[in-house]
Amino acid sequence: MATITIDKVSRWFGNVVAVNDITMSIGPGITGLLGPNGAGKSTLIHMMSGFLAPSSGAVTLDGAQIWRNQQVYRQIGLVPERESMYDYLTGWEFVLANAELHGLPQPGAAARRALDLVEMAYAKDRRTGTYSKGMKQRVKMASALVHDPSVLLLDEPFNGMDPRQRLQLMELLRRFGADGRTVLFSSHILEEVEQLARHIEVVVAGRHAASGDFRRIRRLMTDRPHRYLVRSSDDRRLAAALIADGSTTGIEVDERERALRIEAVNFQGFTTLLPRVAREAGIRLYTVSPADESLESVFSYLVSA
Amino acid sequence: MNPTVARLTLRGLLGRRRGALLLVAPALLLIISAIASRSSGDAHDLTVKILGQLDLGTLVPILGLVIGTGVIATEIDDGSIVYLLAKPLPRHRIITTKLAVAIGVTWLVAAVPTLLAGLLLYGTKDGVALGYTVAVLVAGAAYSALFLLLGVVTRHAVVAGLAYALVWESLFGNFVQGARTLSIQQWGRAVAEAVAGDTAIGADVSLGAAVPLLLVVTVAATVLASVKLAGLTLASEE
Repeated sequence: MATITIDKVSRWFGNVVAVNDITMSIGPGITGLLGPNGAGKSTLIHMMSGFLAPSSGAVTLDGAQIWRNQQVYRQIGLVPERESMYDYLTGWEFVLANAELHGLPQPGAAARRALDLVEMAYAKDRRTGTYSKGMKQRVKMASALVHDPSVLLLDEPFNGMDPRQRLQLMELLRRFGADGRTVLFSSHILEEVEQLARHIEVVVAGRHAASGDFRRIRRLMTDRPHRYLVRSSDDRRLAAALIADGSTTGIEVDERERALRIEAVNFQGFTTLLPRVAREAGIRLYTVSPADESLESVFSYLVSA
Repeated sequence: MNPTVARLTLRGLLGRRRGALLLVAPALLLIISAIASRSSGDAHDLTVKILGQLDLGTLVPILGLVIGTGVIATEIDDGSIVYLLAKPLPRHRIITTKLAVAIGVTWLVAAVPTLLAGLLLYGTKDGVALGYTVAVLVAGAAYSALFLLLGVVTRHAVVAGLAYALVWESLFGNFVQGARTLSIQQWGRAVAEAVAGDTAIGADVSLGAAVPLLLVVTVAATVLASVKLAGLTLASEE
């Protein structure tokens, strides 16, 4: 049982604040670190893995400072985002070298076990330089697992993976979480995180935006007012028909754009309501486009919530 | 020393194209020496020119630069150093292992050819061949340590190293007397002179200054590199 504690941590680079006064604690099980690109996820993971010093605050593993403390790597397995990994070695040589560097008593057996775990034994004699992205990711996993760590940190592990590889990796991580290991992975894709992690930490623009059960966060994200831009054969009649229903809170007729700006209370209700109302009133819909569906707007809504 | 670090370092250094590149310099030296040994010119003069200026003055610093940065800068650059650092390994052991590999390879591709070239050019007379060989051994070690340090502290290690070797040692060293006091090449020359005997090889720095300076630079660079590696920060890609 291992817990990483981030206590009032900030990190700035020159004038840029990458992480702003974040406090969180990552315990056993799977935790998803969610946030748009550039939010500070990698900075946090670098601090948790001892490759970056916090500018202020403390990052500890079971009370022990992580920065400049090589002993923490007995417990931590790290899967970095970058791909380079001694391309001239075969998968076997690479994982074996990692086992030896940990000073394991039986590095060969440990390397075999790790490669079996990620189902890469079949390609272990090929050079890692020839591997596909998913294979590299799995061999990186094997190298991180070779010493049976209690903490596993993964920086954007699903980037560039195809759906099958994604499922395989998720399955593997689920097993580790179920074993009582502390697994933390970062992602900027909500669906990815919610498939895997019960517990989510959301970081936006360097700040800790939300923390907790994914269902609650999902609700926060989907229950927010959604804005749509709609063009139809008769905007005013459509507006009248829509406002009669409880699913919308505001409709604006935009004369210049020749469109309606609609604010809907909930996503599900509105997406079924709109076509029904239009059909009943005999109105043709030309354009229905969400006005604020970008991930950033979802996150910024979360921050203000 | 850590055998795994040594193995990875050596394979990274000698693999790919760099390995072949490391053979070009010694081959060049041996070919030039073989041709020169048949010429009718003043053998002593030729030897000093070839071993002193071409070898110790140019080839050795360049080899030291390629090897010294090659044992660590490449890994830091592409990020694979993470796999060495995310281990419960003392950082000084990583540095000393990499330094040992760098020195070993430098000796192999610089000192051994120097001895052969010296024997070709001047035989065993006055200990000139041996003198230059010892000079390449000590200078090679100091260059390795210095350039390894550069590889840890700057992303522009090759440029910084070239600036030191070519601009400071060669350019300033040629024109400014004082610059020679702080030059690994000149310290090596002082050692060569001490081994070979007073008149055979000219040196501008006294042995009493050169030996302590060589030791200080080598040891200090190694210690500093270990400290810097322990605090190595990964640049965020965000």
